Amino acid sequence: MLDIVKANLPALQVVVPLVAAPICAMLGRGGRAWGFATFISFLTFAISVSLFSATYAGQPISYEMGGWAPPIGIEYRIDGLNAFVLMIVSGVAALVMPYARRSVAVEIPAERQAFFYTAFLLCLTGLLGVTITGDAFNVFVFLEISSLSTYALVASGAWRNKRALTAAYNYLIMGTVGATFFVIGIGMLYMITGTLNMADLAMRIAEHGDSRTLRMGFVFIFVGIGLKLAMFPLHLWLPNAYSFAPSAVTSFIAATATKVAVYVLLRFMFTIFGFDYAFQASTLENVLLPVAIVAMFAASLVAIFQDDLKRMLAYSSIAQIGYMLLGLAFLTPTGLVATIVHLFNHAVTKGALFMVAGCFVLSAGTSSISSLRGIGRDMPWTTAAFVAGGLSLIGLPLTVGFISKWYLVQASLELGWWPVALLIMASSLLAVIYVWRVVEAAYLQPAPEGVTRREAPLSMLVPAWILVGLSIWFGIDATLTTTAASRAADTLIGSSQILWQE
Amino acid sequence: MPEIILDLDFVLGHYNYWMFVILMMTGLYVTVSRGNLIKKIVGLNLFQTSVFMLYISMGKIVGGTAPILTGDPDTVYSNPLPHVLILTAIVVGIATTALALALVIRIRETYGTVEEDDILKMEHEMDFGVRKPDGGSR
Repeated sequence: MLDIVKANLPALQVVVPLVAAPICAMLGRGGRAWGFATFISFLTFAISVSLFSATYAGQPISYEMGGWAPPIGIEYRIDGLNAFVLMIVSGVAALVMPYARRSVAVEIPAERQAFFYTAFLLCLTGLLGVTITGDAFNVFVFLEISSLSTYALVASGAWRNKRALTAAYNYLIMGTVGATFFVIGIGMLYMITGTLNMADLAMRIAEHGDSRTLRMGFVFIFVGIGLKLAMFPLHLWLPNAYSFAPSAVTSFIAATATKVAVYVLLRFMFTIFGFDYAFQASTLENVLLPVAIVAMFAASLVAIFQDDLKRMLAYSSIAQIGYMLLGLAFLTPTGLVATIVHLFNHAVTKGALFMVAGCFVLSAGTSSISSLRGIGRDMPWTTAAFVAGGLSLIGLPLTVGFISKWYLVQASLELGWWPVALLIMASSLLAVIYVWRVVEAAYLQPAPEGVTRREAPLSMLVPAWILVGLSIWFGIDATLTTTAASRAADTLIGSSQILWQE
Repeated sequence: MPEIILDLDFVLGHYNYWMFVILMMTGLYVTVSRGNLIKKIVGLNLFQTSVFMLYISMGKIVGGTAPILTGDPDTVYSNPLPHVLILTAIVVGIATTALALALVIRIRETYGTVEEDDILKMEHEMDFGVRKPDGGSR
């Protein structure tokens, strides 16, 4: 029995939350749906931890869906990179679920909570599926499962603020345009190669060589995924979606959805198109590099002028995605490590910060910074968590943010691009300003009179502090994350250099 | 020999791809340019339908029949895989449309309109507490 489970772990990773979702919808009102969904999220986390430890030695796992051998059948392929991303996604889900109970209780009407958790599990299924699959079209299907449930989850913020509806609508329009671009791109690749399996695609593209169809396919995929991951000029859906979604949803999707999209970009660029593909390299240098740098500055500047805490953090997310894309644009092993390490580091930091924002919403009823005056005295633990997370966002030593920036600066200096290194540090200073605005309001300004705000409940504080703790722990001892990230980078480079020789 | 400027056979032979391009651009343009939320969804549907056409076109083989085993080894079959892929994409498209329409119904219930301009005006009022002068943004 145990052997069967063990042999089918890759399938179970996706099937468990998928099957659990409709069951969750049938559990009705009360805490049962929540308890069940939490149990499932712990189970998926356990599965991804065991998959991660199985691939830690460097041997990828290939699983044939339904016993059909690739490239005909759908293959689930787990290597160093996606095992790492799987663990981030399911780990954040396992922390957000305990957090969600109290937060959802005030934000969603009781009779709709079961459906809320159903959508949450479907979103988790989609994100895990995108990450684990080795089939290009399968990526599209899972991407849409996760996106459609995210639209519903964002819209469920409408019970608190009706603007969640228009935020979800705009996200839906842009997300669908992105997904359709992506599927056109896959169609072009299929036209050239006649296959959808990623490893097979890579091999056949290498044999096929350069062509206009290939270039168009690459551009469609690049722009489509760019929309999904909120690459700078395509980020317009993100601020509203993050600000008006329920707090638990924001901390989950902010920590995972864009990270998974970055993973898809990495996978397509490096495993499928190969590392030395000249057109791709010039796109990275001439398009992605400026876009990433502009994102770092423009989004941070806009964040400074936001009055709403969630909205400010949302703009900060766009800037942080800029850092990830910057690491990618360097096109060096160190840059790649920086991107992958930052995937984890930003997931931990932003997850914690959005959880803190959710605590403020629960106690103060709002997340506007001006109404958070003097809240440091009323909610010391929550505010302290914000400060610790904020320091990591800035990139102070002894936090994970520092590790990411260290690798980014190192990668830019390796190339001799010292202006870029200076820009990375300058943009961190902008983060100091927007984090400071909140700290100033929370600690230095007097509380408005006649307002009592109670400290957030433990079920919300503990998950937030676990994430904060992780962001400090891996800031002091980054061996585990950086080893995992450099292994992941090695797999990507290793799988692509053999493919493309000019 | 003079250089061929317009290869008529090529242009006519790929007419389904031209239709794909026209449908796709029409759909994208409608999605972006219309202010009516329902019309945006119509545009999105056109856009998605164009992709179905692209996939089905690439699965077609000249002289090929429907991919059902006939027992005759000389039969030429069309490629069934893109058709199957598009079945999945159609399901995704229907789900998207259903969700989008559900959202529009809720927006109509809470805002009382499905015109983007009016909604933006209301949201501007919510943000700044003042009425936006008419014709401000567009």
